[in-house]
Amino acid sequence: MPLLNDMEREALLLSLGVALRSVLWSLPPAIGVAWLLTRRRVPGRLLLDAAVHLPLVLPPVVVGYLLLLLFGVRGPVGAWLDAQFGIRLVFTTAGAALATAVMTFPLMVRAIRIALEGVDRGLEDAARALGAGPLDRFFSVTLPLMLPGVLAGAITAFAAALGEFGAVITFVGNVPGETRTLPLALYAVLQSPGGDAAAARLATLSLLLGVGGLLLAELLARALRRRLGR
Amino acid sequence: MLTVMLRRRQGDFLLDIAFEAPTPGVIALFGRSGCGKTTVVDLIGGLRRADAGRIEVGGATLLDTARGIAIPAERRRVGYVFQDGRLFPHLNVRGNLDYGRRRARGGVQYVGFDEVVALLGLEALLRRRTHQLSGGEKQRVALARALLAQPRLLLLDEPLAALDQARREEVLPYLERLRDELAVPMLLVTHDYDEVLRLATHVVLMDGGRVLAQGPPAQLSLAPQLRAIVGPEAIGAVLEGQVVAIDAASGLARVAVGSGTLSVESDGLATGQRLRLQLLARDLILATGPPHGLSVRNALAGSVTAIEADGAHAALVHVAAGGTAIIVRVTAQAASELALRSGLPVWVLVKAVTLRTHVYHARAR
Repeated sequence: MPLLNDMEREALLLSLGVALRSVLWSLPPAIGVAWLLTRRRVPGRLLLDAAVHLPLVLPPVVVGYLLLLLFGVRGPVGAWLDAQFGIRLVFTTAGAALATAVMTFPLMVRAIRIALEGVDRGLEDAARALGAGPLDRFFSVTLPLMLPGVLAGAITAFAAALGEFGAVITFVGNVPGETRTLPLALYAVLQSPGGDAAAARLATLSLLLGVGGLLLAELLARALRRRLGR
Repeated sequence: MLTVMLRRRQGDFLLDIAFEAPTPGVIALFGRSGCGKTTVVDLIGGLRRADAGRIEVGGATLLDTARGIAIPAERRRVGYVFQDGRLFPHLNVRGNLDYGRRRARGGVQYVGFDEVVALLGLEALLRRRTHQLSGGEKQRVALARALLAQPRLLLLDEPLAALDQARREEVLPYLERLRDELAVPMLLVTHDYDEVLRLATHVVLMDGGRVLAQGPPAQLSLAPQLRAIVGPEAIGAVLEGQVVAIDAASGLARVAVGSGTLSVESDGLATGQRLRLQLLARDLILATGPPHGLSVRNALAGSVTAIEADGAHAALVHVAAGGTAIIVRVTAQAASELALRSGLPVWVLVKAVTLRTHVYHARAR
């Protein structure tokens, strides 16, 4: 008997795909926002800070609903995407990844911010004196030095993304093979009579993934810190 | 030539300095902690912004606020060696050296990779990670890294201050080698007078954000402004000389100074070497007649040029002897008993073993 049945395998692979995409999409803007929040005295910094953290305090259903308003077929951004590129987010895997990215964004920004605050500005000055311009300094000194924090943040966000439920089901529904990730599959089997055994298996799978992700994050961060001699 | 004119207000502190020094060579920015030295190098390096000023190195203008010129730090080609080294921890030693080398601008190459690695003795360290280096090794790598960026000026901000005495002695000879063998001008920030005497070709004396005096170390050693900074123990003339003979039997070297000679302990010296001698005022003895029956090796004949009180019970006696100027510290009582006055012929007695020598072999250019 295979370890996982077809439904479980589909949900697992979909979860991993959605989480991976959401992390990759949110990483560059998260680095940008963390930079703005730590290094720049931009006007409206407090507002930006609050906006970034909004998904942490709002009910996920509200986030899903806001996404639906913006990115739905009749929403301003959604209509534009559809007209210009034929991209539809509602009921698609890409939409699930977007909802997940928005929900895990604060986690990512927090981790990257802490990493950025830990970078010795003196090393950037040293790079400057050696002839490195702003972008060059960022990619050759700042980014490598904050990499342990960035990676830890990305993996934590990935693990959290695997479990995202409310925003996803509100924004893109519960479509098998498209948006039915592990938690959504779990919800579906719980809705059907006699689904207790299947639910227990899916719950165990989620638990293992979460713990594995957190452990991996810690190990990676340690290895990188060792490389930096800290 | 290095020309620096800078003004910057920082809270209550006003930095307002101007100096001009010949290059190549080591220009020492000397003064107590907090006198604004590090601000000056930060301004020259472009890491901080001046309210007004002008900086020129060897004909290139790095800053001229009157003409609206302010080259950004990364394009100044000014190397910077920080007190704490600041090596990149994510790169190994070779990676650190390549960092500056790859970004060298202007197409000028003063120094090659192999030359710098050899000069600073880094051959065995190239594959090390930076956290495996000792403090002295870190500073040598930082020096090499800065040099390989082909700077037109090298800023050294107390590069030895974070090191213990043993590590300091390990790095100092490398700095001397860079001074004597490379044509890169260096601006050395230090609060250590010994470092100044050992390394500097020109000294800019700073206090409270201003320049008190400047000139070659020998000339500056007589400046009254220096005394408060170095303290009474370090007051004394600094003379430039050259070893003319070494007597192995006596263990003494004859050093030509002005029109006379002085005997010093010959340890580590070689004929022809140029030396800097520090004659500490408190170690010298004055005699009003030629000395007889004394163990002292050096007696310089001269005459008193001036006497100044040094506190209530001591006097600093200025003596011109054999084309050199010397300061001798005596008690006020001795000064009056010997009836010291301007024009009086005197002999300055210098014990060979108390002479502090700094070998200095600036290459003829």
